[in-house]
Amino acid sequence: MRRGMPHEGDKHGSGGGVSMRVEVLARQQKLAMTGNDAAAYAAKQAKVDVISAYPITPQTFVVETLSRWVYDGELDAKFINVESEHSALSAVIGASLAGARTFTATSSQGLAYMWEALYAASGLRLPIVMALAARALSAPINIHNDHSDFFGMRDAGWIMFNGEEAQETYDLTLMAFKIAEDSRVLLPVVVSYDGFIVSHAISNFYALGDEDAIRFLGKRTTGPKIDPDNPRTIGVLALQDSYFEFKRQQYEAMESARQVIKEVFEKYYELSGRRYTPLKEYMTEEADTCIVVMGSTVGTARHAVKMLREEGEKVGVVGVLQYRPWPREDAEKLFSKFRRIIVMEKVMSPGARGGPVYEDIASTLYPNHGVKMVDFVYGLGGRDISTSGIIEVYRKGEELIDKGETERVYFYGVRE
Amino acid sequence: MSTSITWKEIDLGGSVAGGTSENYKTGNWRVERPVIDYSKCVKCLICWLYCPEPAIIRKGTEVKIDYDYCKGCGICAEECPTKAISMVPEEV
Repeated sequence: MRRGMPHEGDKHGSGGGVSMRVEVLARQQKLAMTGNDAAAYAAKQAKVDVISAYPITPQTFVVETLSRWVYDGELDAKFINVESEHSALSAVIGASLAGARTFTATSSQGLAYMWEALYAASGLRLPIVMALAARALSAPINIHNDHSDFFGMRDAGWIMFNGEEAQETYDLTLMAFKIAEDSRVLLPVVVSYDGFIVSHAISNFYALGDEDAIRFLGKRTTGPKIDPDNPRTIGVLALQDSYFEFKRQQYEAMESARQVIKEVFEKYYELSGRRYTPLKEYMTEEADTCIVVMGSTVGTARHAVKMLREEGEKVGVVGVLQYRPWPREDAEKLFSKFRRIIVMEKVMSPGARGGPVYEDIASTLYPNHGVKMVDFVYGLGGRDISTSGIIEVYRKGEELIDKGETERVYFYGVRE
Repeated sequence: MSTSITWKEIDLGGSVAGGTSENYKTGNWRVERPVIDYSKCVKCLICWLYCPEPAIIRKGTEVKIDYDYCKGCGICAEECPTKAISMVPEEV
């Protein structure tokens, strides 16, 4: 129960005092579910109107659970069965244009198959929420976790979050509706969580009561809505004379999302006692070196860093929770105070200077801060990472930075 | 679309009030224009049925070509059973 009872050294976990925490937790349900079911549960509490999704490992249980709830009458929603992920996202795009609150879920190849519709969803400014059980991409075929699918949608114009475990997955999915539907934003949101490691592991988490959850979200009142009395052309052809203006406006919506996310995190903190920040800090006080990770590895890295701190090493962890919009102000303030940054990424960007997170941090620090950085690719296709692995990367990373050998990307855990 | 509208004023997500396609006079795409010789026309309405635009306007059994939107595809001329429609090159 990391969020309910924060880690010692967790910078943002314990604000508000014990009595406030006890009071807000008393109103909540303590559940035990997989990450998949936690995402589905948030969609249920959001009272989504339309769900369309196609089953794919390791996301399948999101689809199964939601369709069961709809069939059993526990959730008053329309579940649209489709023959592919392309149709699944297209169906929720149609429903969202009609004014519905919509939800979908996928993984890996399924997300790849949604590709052109991803851009349609953001370009049409639709507040769709998607759960993504992150999984490697073919070829070779692999059903286990890495972040290739997640980073593949980087420029599609979606707000992108990554949940570390069931608690964050539930909380972020619920908050995603609030953020997406804010009239200053109106953009789709993806909430990713690690396939199998989070999607299939049952863990405890706190959930708001049904009443509190729907009071927090309200009904969807913003964005496009088909109105027969006020006919509109949707999905227009916009050529040289206007396409650029539409895209420029869309860019600004993502900029506005920064502030809206902050406000929603704050409101959710008052309601749940769980304080979210775009970047999660652990033992970063007076740290010379910072390890940056995303997803379920953040927890492993916290444990490794605790061990290293006991040995007197000045090291901390930063977990990336909010990837798009990239929290540039927070990132500059935070990352500029370290001497060394070791980025660990579960994604390969062939031919690039570094992985996507490395490049975002590097461009955030340029040109005002001279922090030295090194990038490691690890864990592709679900290859396990342990605390000893993190410690190994830390020692190797410090050595490479101090020797100045940081001009290329390194690999951890591959047979060289 | 007026070229003076900035991104701040433009409608959300490419949704606009209906009927804007009327503003696009696609007739200027034409290379050849169909011309009806009414002395040969038997008012069968086959041209009106086949026109994909539709750029053949019908009033009762009378037909007239709408040159604002006719793209000059020539289907009407091809289908006319009495060869009453001929395609005449557009002059610049």
